[in-house]
Amino acid sequence: MSQTSQDTAIRTGRVTRTLIYLVLLLFALFYLLPLYVMLVNSVKPLEEITGGGMMNLPEVFTLEPWLQAWSSAQIGVEPTGLRPYFWNSIKMVVPAVIVSTILGALNGYVLTKWRFKYDTILFGLMLFACFIPFQIVLIPMARMLGLMGLAGTTWGLALVHVVYGIGFTTLYFRNYYAVFPTELIRAAQIDGAGFFQIFWRILLPSSGPIAVVSIIWQFTNIWNDFLFGASFADANSQPMTVALNNLVQSSTGVKEYNVHFAGAILAALPTLLVYIVAGRYFVRGLMAGSVKG
Amino acid sequence: MGFLDIDNATKSYGAVEVLHKVDISVQEGEFLVLVGPSGCGKSTLLNMIAGLEEITSGEIRIKDQVMNGVHPSNRNIAMVFQSYALYPNMTVGQNITFGLEMHGVPKPEREKAMAEVAKLLQIEQLLDRKPGQLSGGQRQRVAMGRALVRNPDVFLFDEPLSNLDAKLRVDMRTEIKKLHQNLGTTIVYVTHDQIEAMTLSSRIAVMNGGYVQQLGTPQEIYDTPANIFVATFMGSPAMNVVPAKVVMVDGCPHAEVALHDGAMAQLPFSQDNLSHWDGRDILLGIRPETITDVDGADRKSSNIAQMTNRIVVTEPAGSDTFVSMTLGGRDVIARMRSDAEVSPAQDFTFAVNMEKAVAFDPETENRIQG
Repeated sequence: MSQTSQDTAIRTGRVTRTLIYLVLLLFALFYLLPLYVMLVNSVKPLEEITGGGMMNLPEVFTLEPWLQAWSSAQIGVEPTGLRPYFWNSIKMVVPAVIVSTILGALNGYVLTKWRFKYDTILFGLMLFACFIPFQIVLIPMARMLGLMGLAGTTWGLALVHVVYGIGFTTLYFRNYYAVFPTELIRAAQIDGAGFFQIFWRILLPSSGPIAVVSIIWQFTNIWNDFLFGASFADANSQPMTVALNNLVQSSTGVKEYNVHFAGAILAALPTLLVYIVAGRYFVRGLMAGSVKG
Repeated sequence: MGFLDIDNATKSYGAVEVLHKVDISVQEGEFLVLVGPSGCGKSTLLNMIAGLEEITSGEIRIKDQVMNGVHPSNRNIAMVFQSYALYPNMTVGQNITFGLEMHGVPKPEREKAMAEVAKLLQIEQLLDRKPGQLSGGQRQRVAMGRALVRNPDVFLFDEPLSNLDAKLRVDMRTEIKKLHQNLGTTIVYVTHDQIEAMTLSSRIAVMNGGYVQQLGTPQEIYDTPANIFVATFMGSPAMNVVPAKVVMVDGCPHAEVALHDGAMAQLPFSQDNLSHWDGRDILLGIRPETITDVDGADRKSSNIAQMTNRIVVTEPAGSDTFVSMTLGGRDVIARMRSDAEVSPAQDFTFAVNMEKAVAFDPETENRIQG
């Protein structure tokens, strides 16, 4: 009797399991379809695309569109490809990510371990920064950059992203440090460590997971930003996203879809890489402090 | 002038005063234990000595130097925390020498001091490990090592044993006592455990509600508690406190208490000074171990009274047997030797060592003194 019931249990289990996997597989395929279209079309000659059959695998495999997108496609006036703009993005993203993460960590440290009057109100105001739409600050920001002599420069863009990112990084680090034992800070105080020594020697070495979260979040946001790049950069400091738009939107000549596809993938690669390298810390860090132990 | 003087120290948070004019003077080499229930202000007082909390009014002096406003690291104190507070990213060795490094002690001297302390605490084999790889007892040792290495004037312990399991706690307690005897350092130790307080201290400050209820040697605290709070807080099981009335029998003051059936027992006091309480109600305090069977009574006592009362429950605990009865309308516990022949619902003749009995004023709850 028990034998039969066990059998049916396994059989039903198998059926539901197969169903679940089928549905999941369908969703995965659906989700991956755009990537597939981009990949296959970026390695086809243009005639194959214009001749129809966007879903087909390439008959002639070529890396020419990738090379063109990288170094010789017409963007703006010069046929430079995306390469200079890629470096523009790097020059903007790296300092902005580093500075906003360090400032966020410092803010989190002060807001949790060096409490002062009205600190919760201050933190609330900083959180508010996370919810301000980009569009509202465009004009005041342009004026400020102009006054500081940073208009149209990569440094100016980096500054904008630092200012915009501090709200998020502060939130991350504050919540992480809130569960960091205060007794450790007190022990370090008695041991004679100063404000920055405690930060560098005690707090930062234990902040790995949350630093990774902050870096991934800031990197993807800043790298993918279009609006600030389009508004505050001039022709020489445009980031990758703006250049890609210029490449795709150019109204003269033939639309080279294969080059556009290759360019779009190039623009998305760095964030993808960051996720693959540091992704497993991401979830760990996001969950940090939510569960005891 | 003591070695560590706490002079009318007060602590307020806004309008709320949590510590009221604490006045304690600690001599060099003394082991002072601050004991009390949670929220009594003992940890706040310790943090004020350490400099981690500001003093609202009053003064704290170490070696006659006023410490108000002096940074914790400049007070020459060391503290052992309840959670040990070992830096998780550093090895045991680095943990121990961090304070010396911050004070600019050169590396060879740091290494030497570390080696000495590691030898003293027998943690030499742990020096390269991270705190996460240590057991609770080992972490405790490292935390003490970190305090010892700086050779401070005053050691502060904040409930250092409360995270350990029962057996280890007893071992470490002995260890701390040994350490104090060997090094002769001045220690201020916070605990809520009255047994720790009794065993470790040379003096105890019992605290409640932000007041020091009594300051004295363990023996003074135990035998002559200042009030009912101290009497019932110190000692386990707690001191029995029963309503009684002072009556004069043959010119001597006696405590008249109601037995289980309403009959009155008259127990003679040892102190004459209760004569002027004749006819008035008091609260009689009797420690459980001073109520025994007649054979188990203290032979050195000059004042053993007997009473016959009904046993309600007996609880054999191996080394002792706890016997409960009704006295003065309250449950009273007697602690007897394990081979006392007692059984429930039996009328039994108890011997009460009245030399150790104390009387409290029912209104002020203070002990009635001569």
